[in-house]
Amino acid sequence: MATIVGAVTTSHIPAIGNAMANGLQHEPYWAPFFDGYERAREWLATARPDVAVVIYNDHGLNFFLDNLPTFAVGAAPEYSVEDEGWGLPTFPPYRGIPELSWHVIETLVEQDFDVATCQEMRVDHAFVNPMRLLWPDRTPPPVATLPIHINTVQHPLPKTSRCLAFGRAIGQALESFDDELRVLIVGTGGLSHQLDGQRAGFINKEFDEMCMAKIIDDPGALTALSIHDIVKLGGTQGTEIIMWLAARGALGDRVDKIHGSYHIPVSNTAAGLLVLENRAQPALWY
Amino acid sequence: MVQDIPGTTIFDGHEAMKGYRLNKMCYSFNSKENRDAFLADEDAYCARFELTDVQRDAIRRRNVLALIEAGGNIYYLAKFAGIFGLSVQDIGAQQTGMSVDDFKAMLAEQGR
Repeated sequence: MATIVGAVTTSHIPAIGNAMANGLQHEPYWAPFFDGYERAREWLATARPDVAVVIYNDHGLNFFLDNLPTFAVGAAPEYSVEDEGWGLPTFPPYRGIPELSWHVIETLVEQDFDVATCQEMRVDHAFVNPMRLLWPDRTPPPVATLPIHINTVQHPLPKTSRCLAFGRAIGQALESFDDELRVLIVGTGGLSHQLDGQRAGFINKEFDEMCMAKIIDDPGALTALSIHDIVKLGGTQGTEIIMWLAARGALGDRVDKIHGSYHIPVSNTAAGLLVLENRAQPALWY
Repeated sequence: MVQDIPGTTIFDGHEAMKGYRLNKMCYSFNSKENRDAFLADEDAYCARFELTDVQRDAIRRRNVLALIEAGGNIYYLAKFAGIFGLSVQDIGAQQTGMSVDDFKAMLAEQGR
């Protein structure tokens, strides 16, 4: 059976890609952000995943408003990286794992998540940047990938409760896959930020810190927030926290925080990182 | 969607219908060929997408607030801004009426 080795939730800000392309990781502006990933990579070396399931939001590379799914699952042999319009470097395609994709799709639909399925899929910075942060020397990374998209472009977005349940269904799907695979869950986006309107530049540290704490110990508490609440408290693009909720849902009820970091600002955004593992079941005493 | 958050437009079905042609044009800017075609003949390129007069004027003025008012979605508008090498900090500064340096300082200040 497949095993979920843990989850990484991380921001995916486009500027990260440019900073890496230009070798700026140790510059004073960037070092506090990039330093946070060293511990994540150490953990990854011991977790040894074979597959990364990446829950992310497309920003208008693969999907347009003509045909915009709420939930979409990649089912392609490979995922291409293409020009998004503003000069990020492109890379060779990421390897897919279609047999796992179809098992996930079948299980999700069985659990009433009627997802769109994609036999061709272009992945944008929200997928690529986290992969490059986790495997900076390996592009493409030494894992198969399975991209799962959640819409944040056009409202209505799926409710927070639905995203947490979606993540739980993804977790059950992965753990019921017959092959011996070690699976990493990656949830990308956030934290608080707003790019548009007179409120551009809005950041809410207190809200982010609350969200990070709840993601670890009580993700269900975040389902009390409506999407409208999140826009108000975390900014229009702060809604990407739903990717963290889904990723958290794929883990068990109790998790241990291996690592966390938080830094303001990266570009217009508060950047967050969590590395979480399922808590080992306590031994029973007889 | 209730639009009651100051300085914020929630991009819902109403906005998406209003801005469809504008966003479709901006979506096309994923491709360098299309970005070049826009730069070579802006009028002809906009005509292909049948922008409204208001949208055409906002594109002409490179004005992000006016583009949002005309139904533009920031994810697609960012691709338009990319043609001119503008970052999200540049467009943040434009929308808030700040200098880019002041806008960046405001962001950094929130981390202190």
